[in-house]
Amino acid sequence: MRHLEAFTPGEIVELGRWTFTAEAIVAFARDFDPQPFHLDEEAGKASLFGGLAASGWHVACAWMRLWIDHQNRVMAEAAARGERLPVAGPSPGFDDMRWTKPVLAGQTITYRTTFVSTRAFASRPGWGVVNSLNEGFDERGDRVFHFTGHVFMPTRG
Amino acid sequence: MTDIERPTGDAPMHWFEDFHVGDMIDLGCRTVSREEIVAFAAAWDPQPMHLEDAAGDASLLAGLSASGWHTGSLVMRMFCDNFLLRSSSLGSPGIDTLKWKTPVHPGDTLRVVLEVSEMRTSGSRPRLGFVRGSFLVTNQRGETVMTMESTLMMGRRGVA
Repeated sequence: MRHLEAFTPGEIVELGRWTFTAEAIVAFARDFDPQPFHLDEEAGKASLFGGLAASGWHVACAWMRLWIDHQNRVMAEAAARGERLPVAGPSPGFDDMRWTKPVLAGQTITYRTTFVSTRAFASRPGWGVVNSLNEGFDERGDRVFHFTGHVFMPTRG
Repeated sequence: MTDIERPTGDAPMHWFEDFHVGDMIDLGCRTVSREEIVAFAAAWDPQPMHLEDAAGDASLLAGLSASGWHTGSLVMRMFCDNFLLRSSSLGSPGIDTLKWKTPVHPGDTLRVVLEVSEMRTSGSRPRLGFVRGSFLVTNQRGETVMTMESTLMMGRRGVA
């Protein structure tokens, strides 16, 4: 995607929006998180969430999809300019994921990523890690979701 | 995906009071197929290493591999089927840390165990308690695939 050295701490990437329809919430929940408040409007209303609520994994997966779409756009634009960008490595994991407000049926969440820091590995020359704050906001601008992600990136050297 | 079997109308079997620090809860085993790896990746994580053999072989993950988000989502499903759907679960505030340690390849069998590490009641909301736990996900070779520290909100027995 980019070499490790090309990530600037503080840089913000707007990833776009994702709408959680009732049908999509239920479809994801049937596959991966079939708790009543993710499957049924009435059960959702009776729960702490106050309505049919998306699984937290669904909210996280939408971030991932928008991040990959962004990455693919960046790669395609570079290819159109005749540049060849490095391919991002895998992720070793994440920290501090919080679902601070429920995402209810019909809501549209706006996602963004802020690059926080980078570190080159002494033990693995040619690779480093990019740490980012990934966030989702509802229509009122309230933050509903965030986590700190880590992705391996190749270094320039 | 298999259909959901949930005994509706039954009282939950597992309440906050039924957890104890140090409990080890077996969340079962699950084999992951090539078809579901590719279908999940196409929907949520369309990177070549999760979609095509050649790209998987060329990646650091050495072979077509499941998206880490897929592994996490499958663990959630196993947790539901083998525990949560018979509990007083009220959701989760988040995941403190998750590590993907070993890739998941087609045909791998995941085994998940949850260890209860911490419990506390809520001062502001008497009907719920917080249970913190460590999920250990291993494969058929005994390798650690994923670890996760997460908090659950559980209803308290007899508190409306």
